[in-house]
Amino acid sequence: MTSGSPPPIVELKGVDKRYGDGPLILDNISFTAERGDFITLIGPSGCGKSTVLKLISGLNPITGGTIVVDGLEPSKAVEKLAFVFQEPTLLPWLTVSRNVEVPLQLHGMPAAERAEIAKRSLSLVRLADRADYYPRQLSGGQKMRVSIARALGGSPRILLLDEPFGALDEMTRDHLNEELLAIRQQSAWTAFFVTHSVAEAVFLSNRILVLSANPGRLHSEVRVDFPYPRTAETRESPAFQKLVADVSKILRSVENLHP
Amino acid sequence: MRTVQLRPRGLGSRLVRRFLPLATGVGMILAWYIIDLSISQDRRFLLPNPGEVARAFVEKGPALWGAALNTGGGALLGFGAAVSLSFVFALALSLSPLVRASFYPYLMILQMTPIIVIAPILILWVGPGLKSVVIITFLICFFPMVVNTTQGLISTDRNLVDFFRMCKATKLQEIFLLRVPSALPYFFTGLRIAATLAPIGAIVGDYIAGNSAGGQGGLGFLTIIYSSQFQMGALFATAAVGCLLGFIFVAGVIALSWFALHKWHDSFSRSDA
Repeated sequence: MTSGSPPPIVELKGVDKRYGDGPLILDNISFTAERGDFITLIGPSGCGKSTVLKLISGLNPITGGTIVVDGLEPSKAVEKLAFVFQEPTLLPWLTVSRNVEVPLQLHGMPAAERAEIAKRSLSLVRLADRADYYPRQLSGGQKMRVSIARALGGSPRILLLDEPFGALDEMTRDHLNEELLAIRQQSAWTAFFVTHSVAEAVFLSNRILVLSANPGRLHSEVRVDFPYPRTAETRESPAFQKLVADVSKILRSVENLHP
Repeated sequence: MRTVQLRPRGLGSRLVRRFLPLATGVGMILAWYIIDLSISQDRRFLLPNPGEVARAFVEKGPALWGAALNTGGGALLGFGAAVSLSFVFALALSLSPLVRASFYPYLMILQMTPIIVIAPILILWVGPGLKSVVIITFLICFFPMVVNTTQGLISTDRNLVDFFRMCKATKLQEIFLLRVPSALPYFFTGLRIAATLAPIGAIVGDYIAGNSAGGQGGLGFLTIIYSSQFQMGALFATAAVGCLLGFIFVAGVIALSWFALHKWHDSFSRSDA
């Protein structure tokens, strides 16, 4: 890196994590993310990939090492981050648009201003016409889109997504993957994404970090060079299929490290 | 395409459903007449027939409705006090397991103590009349309200709590924007139980502590008078008015919970209708 290039938006240096006196969950994790990166973490279950997201978000403290988020320590950078959970975590008693407003409301933003932002966020995920619905009237995929709209409402610089589409059927998941990338074209953020699906990882990211388990260590990094915007055709290309097969192979070898 | 109907759901079944309760009602009234007529003449006064009960309704009408208003008022005051105080109490109990552990046993004791024993003590403390009736109703309604509301406040979806923490919500925001609304279905369950108990509590309270306050008295007081005079028809009519009072309370609560929940909560969705 030359001295003129901007500092990384997220930097992990020798990060360790254990809960209480428990075993080491993460061991000496180091990587940097540049602005605009879409980084996906994959690895066998129990490798601590979700924990990495929680550490970056500042929700959990680190045991050792350092994390810098946009020049700050994670717990001070809360307003630059947004989290999308495995579940949509919508409040069932609020309408879709009021749900999108919740984080803004919690930060004390006036009602008129946050209604305006909710409107914009919802049209970003193409759910403007569902603004007055209640969550139970939506499908699983629509709920997840509301959850993403809610995360985007605060104009985050970093989006942390913890298996957001894991519970959806494959068609819906593929569709939402395309939509997520389309949204990213319109609002620039750096993404950290956790998934079990290699195809999803290859489709979304420009960098895939493979973790091994017990304790979680950074095993390898795969660069994905397909240009954005990526579409359904990207997924059908032989090069894409080949890369999915290659990454799957790496993942299998990692899983065999600790059978 | 052929559709297979698993359960009859047409107009016919709806009519049958309306008709069935009516038919059982008529059947029961008939059975009532038959039983009454089969009792020997000299003991028939023990079971008034439906006609006699209806006559008692007309004769005692003003007394019954006046008493129903008194009892209803006492029940409403006690119920209202139980609802508001139980909410504050449940909020405190929901704050920590330690608070719950320290207070729950005493709540249980309060619930287990027979009201019939507490009533005379209350009469000595606050005097007979409305005050005693309201306190007795309160004591009966309080427990189910506290237990249900507390349960609701501590059953908030863990993921939603995490989401609020991630947004740096204050403790007050977490309580009033998250825990209280998500406790509403539990709150209304408690409310429904308390609504059936409130008129009963007020009648019991009135029976023991309602009279001799200079006022007219309520349904409990009428029960004492009618039973001492062996007015069986009037007693049956009093029971029916008490029952009606209970229905009004429950209907009120169901209407309230419908307004609060039907838009977002599954308990009012039509899938199980």
